[in-house]
Amino acid sequence: MEPIISFHDFTFQYFSQKEPTLYDIDLDIFPGEKVLIVGPSGCGKSTMAHCINGLIPYSYKGTITGTIKVAGKTSEESSLFERSKHVGTILQDSDGQFVGLTVGEDIAFSLENDRMDQVQMKEIVQQVSDMVSMGTHLSSSPFDLSGGQKQRTALAGVMVDDVDVLLFDEPLANLDPLTGKTAIDLIDRIHKDYNKTIVIIEHRIEDVLYRYVDRIIVIDDGHIVSDSSPDELIASDTLRALGNREPLYATAVKYAGVKLTPEMHPGYLDTLDIDAVKEPLIRWHKAQPPHPVKEPGEVILSVKDLDFQYTKKRKILKNINFDIRRGEMVSIVGTNGAGKSTLAKVICGFVTEDKGQILFDGQDIHDWTIKERSLKIGYVMQNPNQMISKSMIYDEVALGLRIRKVPEEEIQSKVAKALGICGLYPMRNWPISALSFGQKKRVTIASMLVMDPEILILDEPTAGQDYHHYTDIMEFLRELNELGVTIIMITHDMHLMLEYTPHAIVISDGQKIGDDTAVNILTDADMAERANLKLTSLYELATRAGLEDPQGFVQQFIDHEEKERHDEK
Amino acid sequence: MMKSKLFDYIERDNFVFNLSGVTKLICFLLLSFGVMFSFDARVIIAIMIISFIVLHVSEIKFRQVRIMMYYIAGFLVINFFLTFLFSPHYGESIYGTSHVLFRITDHYTVTLEQLLYQFTKMLKYAAVIPLGMMFIFTTNPSEFAASLNRIGVGYKAAFAVSLTLRYFPDMIRDYNDISLAQQARGLDLSRKEKLRTRLKNMMNIFVPLIFSSLDRVEVVSNAMDLRGFGKKKKRTWYAAKPLSRNDYLSLAFCILVFLGSIAMSVFVNHGRFWNPFI
Repeated sequence: MEPIISFHDFTFQYFSQKEPTLYDIDLDIFPGEKVLIVGPSGCGKSTMAHCINGLIPYSYKGTITGTIKVAGKTSEESSLFERSKHVGTILQDSDGQFVGLTVGEDIAFSLENDRMDQVQMKEIVQQVSDMVSMGTHLSSSPFDLSGGQKQRTALAGVMVDDVDVLLFDEPLANLDPLTGKTAIDLIDRIHKDYNKTIVIIEHRIEDVLYRYVDRIIVIDDGHIVSDSSPDELIASDTLRALGNREPLYATAVKYAGVKLTPEMHPGYLDTLDIDAVKEPLIRWHKAQPPHPVKEPGEVILSVKDLDFQYTKKRKILKNINFDIRRGEMVSIVGTNGAGKSTLAKVICGFVTEDKGQILFDGQDIHDWTIKERSLKIGYVMQNPNQMISKSMIYDEVALGLRIRKVPEEEIQSKVAKALGICGLYPMRNWPISALSFGQKKRVTIASMLVMDPEILILDEPTAGQDYHHYTDIMEFLRELNELGVTIIMITHDMHLMLEYTPHAIVISDGQKIGDDTAVNILTDADMAERANLKLTSLYELATRAGLEDPQGFVQQFIDHEEKERHDEK
Repeated sequence: MMKSKLFDYIERDNFVFNLSGVTKLICFLLLSFGVMFSFDARVIIAIMIISFIVLHVSEIKFRQVRIMMYYIAGFLVINFFLTFLFSPHYGESIYGTSHVLFRITDHYTVTLEQLLYQFTKMLKYAAVIPLGMMFIFTTNPSEFAASLNRIGVGYKAAFAVSLTLRYFPDMIRDYNDISLAQQARGLDLSRKEKLRTRLKNMMNIFVPLIFSSLDRVEVVSNAMDLRGFGKKKKRTWYAAKPLSRNDYLSLAFCILVFLGSIAMSVFVNHGRFWNPFI
């Protein structure tokens, strides 16, 4: 059989870069295969996607040596438009990809460009939108759709062309865990029912492996370092050695001292030979030290009977009550649109509550302005590009103090201190444009820290970050926390919640439905479902292995991980 | 989240709504040209009556257009007085006669000619504006681009209109978020600050807004390239409404009105102005 995608001795270097981004790639993907490409940010996996869909060399210029063929044609032999008849790309940012004013128009976009007759076009749009269960939403505008629905629209928008290959660029990045699961299910169904070739680029390996894949390609630093079945890859130590995250259950089994082999089928939790790992797991479970209990601080932030609504029609927040103690790390979780971000806005004073009270250190802050609140409560937005307004790091961090007319000597010492904490002091005179995303995030955090806030609220601090950068940011936040800053994070990342925040508050449809330890919430099937979360695979592993205290096992795993990380330093 | 669309389009089922966007655009242009060309108050009043009938049939609610109406009314009143202030004798020079009603000063005399000229000018606005509103409020935004393309605007330019409608609300949302985050850092945008400081502070919002919008532009243009935008010289439109019998009737009617207006100037008035003073 002829491969549908074929890289041969392929090297690519962007004109703007000093070194190639991809080296000597040799890879054949055959029709009907389902392939997962993994690797940390900057490893070259997105560049590979651009080479497959034709944006390289059409939109991004660079030097190519070797060949890449799609459906037998190299990029010189076919235009971007021809390529797009074979490869349909579903971009990570499905909101940005949504160019139509309604679902129907967006799905029809490619057909319009092909000058298809309107009657036939409407027929195809209806047919394809039914395939992805969007058939009843054709006249909805993108503002009324959830992230999952936008992604399905994007999928339909490339399937109208009857492409051979569906290329998914980080399909899980903007979805909550449960919606992500549904997306993986849908991709699986499309793969089976319509016999498409599927290429998924993603670093959340465990979530993709919720369904079968044929092969996993691991990219590191522009090279293919592994090309194997999930069973072989998960059994090996390749992922961990390269700083990727392997499925949590696999890590747990390895902690328990099991030497995994492909014959145990560790690629998926469902296929894992549980009898082979049961005994060591039970032994490990029994041998773990008890969970260290931390002395709780006094209450620093208390929210009482809080109601909020933008318009009269719908209440966004209903009767919210919770306490956060000094020195805690708390996550606020829940579905998109549940009211998490609004809650943060009310606390920061961006909008005013309709009913209820917010107490800071026992004091009602109803009459505090945004500016006054910001001295106590710092707010860090998800996208650092939305916060940074100066071109130099030093000026950006000093901005808040300069506005407050603090004397320049004092500014200097405070900025130096904040930059020091954030590990940016050596770069203080750099332009911000020279920084990576994670470093920019640190700049935004530093610009809050100069004001000495007692609480930091962060909106999705790790969104779009691979495991390495995620760990970087989170370890940094933990250090800040150890310096005494109370940290509240709005997130739908379950790993973050489980590994870093002992305390989690769950918001669903404007109401608080859970306020407990993260472990308890992620092992409660009912709660997980209501908040669009998933049970952690650790819990499922523990239940399948018949452990005495599956919840306790999850906690032990977290404690063990933390200890490992600690020892590494 | 608060939704901030450019304007609310509410679908209704009536004669005007069911017309194709192209028909409405062409009719709007025809009637507007008819009004703009003619300075004959009789013709303009006739078209104004048509446009009010259309507005009534389209069932646009007053509250949808209220704010716009107030602005326009204000503008017309100011315009009326300013015209008189700057050229009180323009009417006389047009019509070639002078019927003085009363005098305010030597320079400012109120003449019938001037009143007719200014009255006609006001009528023009009153006739065209309801038509413009009719087009904007009764055309599905999705149809705008298709309509513009049909009357000869290049499809890339036409699609840009559609993209503006699509991404404008996102920009507003980003603007609000950025503005709040900057205010939290102590930026004062209220009237308490001096104008210069306020302008400087506004820059602190626009810089991040521009940078985050540029990120967006890259995604959008890739998304469009990948689905073949710009491949052919022409494209079809999913949202275009095919023309029906009513569309042809409306077009025919508007062409007649337009020709009628021209005919009045050419054959009856022998010029653009209707002169009742001779």
